[in-house]
Amino acid sequence: MQAFTLLTGLVAPLNRANVDTDAIIPKQFLKSIKRAGFGPYLFDEWRYLDRGEPDMDCTHRLINKDFVLNKSQYKGAEILLTRENFGCGSSREHAPWALEDFGFRVIIAPSFADIFYNNCFKNGLLPIALAADCVDGLFNELSEGYTLTVDLDAQKIIAANGREIGFDVDENRKYRLLNGLDDIGLSLQHADQIRAYEVERAKRAPWLFV
Amino acid sequence: MSGKTLYDKLWEDHVVYTEDDGSSLIYIDRHLVHEVTSPQAFEGLRLAGRQPWRASRNLAVADHNVPTTGRDKGITDPVARLQVDTLDKNCTEFGITEFTMTDARQGIVHVIGPEQGATLPGMTVVCGDSHTSTHGASGALAFGIGTSEVEHVLATQCLVQKKAKNLLIHLNGQTRAGITAKDIVLAIIGKIGTAGGNGYTIEFAGVAIRALSMEGRMTVCNMAIEAGARAGLIAVDDITIDYYRNRPYSPKDSDWFMAERLWQRLHSDEDAVFDKVIEIDATTIKPQVTWGTSPELVVAVDDVVPDPTAEYDAVKRQSMLRALEYMGLKAGQAITDIAVDKVFIGSCTNSRIEDLRAAAQVAKGRKIANNIKLALVVPGSGLVKKQAESEGLDQIFIDAGFEWREPGCSMCLAMNADRLEEGERCASTSNRNFEGRQGYGGRTHLVSPAMAAAAAIAGHFVDVQQLS
Repeated sequence: MQAFTLLTGLVAPLNRANVDTDAIIPKQFLKSIKRAGFGPYLFDEWRYLDRGEPDMDCTHRLINKDFVLNKSQYKGAEILLTRENFGCGSSREHAPWALEDFGFRVIIAPSFADIFYNNCFKNGLLPIALAADCVDGLFNELSEGYTLTVDLDAQKIIAANGREIGFDVDENRKYRLLNGLDDIGLSLQHADQIRAYEVERAKRAPWLFV
Repeated sequence: MSGKTLYDKLWEDHVVYTEDDGSSLIYIDRHLVHEVTSPQAFEGLRLAGRQPWRASRNLAVADHNVPTTGRDKGITDPVARLQVDTLDKNCTEFGITEFTMTDARQGIVHVIGPEQGATLPGMTVVCGDSHTSTHGASGALAFGIGTSEVEHVLATQCLVQKKAKNLLIHLNGQTRAGITAKDIVLAIIGKIGTAGGNGYTIEFAGVAIRALSMEGRMTVCNMAIEAGARAGLIAVDDITIDYYRNRPYSPKDSDWFMAERLWQRLHSDEDAVFDKVIEIDATTIKPQVTWGTSPELVVAVDDVVPDPTAEYDAVKRQSMLRALEYMGLKAGQAITDIAVDKVFIGSCTNSRIEDLRAAAQVAKGRKIANNIKLALVVPGSGLVKKQAESEGLDQIFIDAGFEWREPGCSMCLAMNADRLEEGERCASTSNRNFEGRQGYGGRTHLVSPAMAAAAAIAGHFVDVQQLS
């Protein structure tokens, strides 16, 4: 997994609440057996005016010029600023895969759906939950070329005018993301404890191990 | 010291190891696998040269992509076929039991789990699918995971998790006659919102919950995720234990008696403390119909489409306006004046035998309305289908003008050929009314099976109890 430490990036606003994972990456793209290549189909039904299909060449599709990510001033944005309950709905990890493949590394919102939030950390994507009025403030401040610096180690967002906003993140998740660590490898360091647990559990619930 | 919630008990039973920051390695008793969220996980195992930690704790089935007609011809969509073939190959390679597309037991992963006794009370159950919350109906801790976690469970039989908070949703009083589990859960989501359960595990309680069958309880827990909670729970009682007796994967002989004793303690203690309690009056719940593009945008069938200008929260008002535009509805319009084009009875929410019986009871001796282009009944599993056919339900549906299909996820998420066309409106027993969920530009209204059948007969939404 790619590590996340410090980033200064352009901010794109997506002023909608309850953005669901069906909107982030529609189901027809979930037929892929690969992990990469979802970026061109991110927010497919909002970004394009025609119907997207898997493996479609997006360079000739009808662009929805009104959709925020299609506006030239947000080209290359790495930070997505959005509203509450971002990533609700399906557990599809294709959603963070698509966001990451498109170029986003940070998502700022008042709240996230739990499964999506969890999935982000597995893919080098940092979701930051801030108080709703704080997110409102960022939406209000946003102007052309607006950038933010996100420092995961210090747990701080720094605006161009020097204003700092602290954010919370679990120690464990932070450590893994800062170092780009493989979760499975870390868990397997506890293999003996897993085996011991199984022996104990088999005494209490032998039918699980027949 | 105060007592424990059901969630506290299930959590404690499964902790292998806890880190200083409170994140824990928890043991997973049952991992359900399907074709859409697993190929990249198996590929990850292969690349790392890893094997499943305990292959026998996994059960796989293809459900999202499978066609509901012409199974003998295989899957015609090459992209979908590759994904299903990949699941077959992965299961063979890694020694995982799979109910393949032609197996009589094949069906929607969340229908076959309980049906087979593969998911049981007291278990931790995970699957790369958000509706894994369904299995919490049995007093199991069950939740959806992403593909990285699918790989993690395959490799370690564990997951790194932080404990969620406890939310009790207590229903006061009994529901009126004819009110279904679907109406109950939609009313709950309407009240607490789609983010209401974020960060919580929800336990559903009260006499209206206790009165539900296991299948009804599954419908309620299935949609816990639509209220924002990864997991929903219902305490074990005699209804639970009777349901699991003699299921193919249920414990046998002396193990059964041991299990029964163990499961009896799967309820919250009387002095348990919840982080949050929400009381809901069950006596006033009416048949529910969603009108917008989020399950929280729901009203009673005798109500009207709400007026966004009455909403003081600007973000919510904007969402409502966008939903009205997408759904092609006007504020103040009576729900019963909304005509539908298609009807879908199925999905992991409502495709079990009792759901089909409820819909068939409405359809019996009637015909679908002329404006209905397609009315689909998609049983949740091959065994549900067989049972329905032995009761003659298939014939009731066919005589009324419905199509009787093979089991799978079908039009709930329209990954296969079953879908809405742009602008089409559907009365659906599924769980999500998001934009494009049932097909590009399609408009979904979530309802119970009886209400979906009633809409098919009337051609528009109608209170099933007032269907002439």
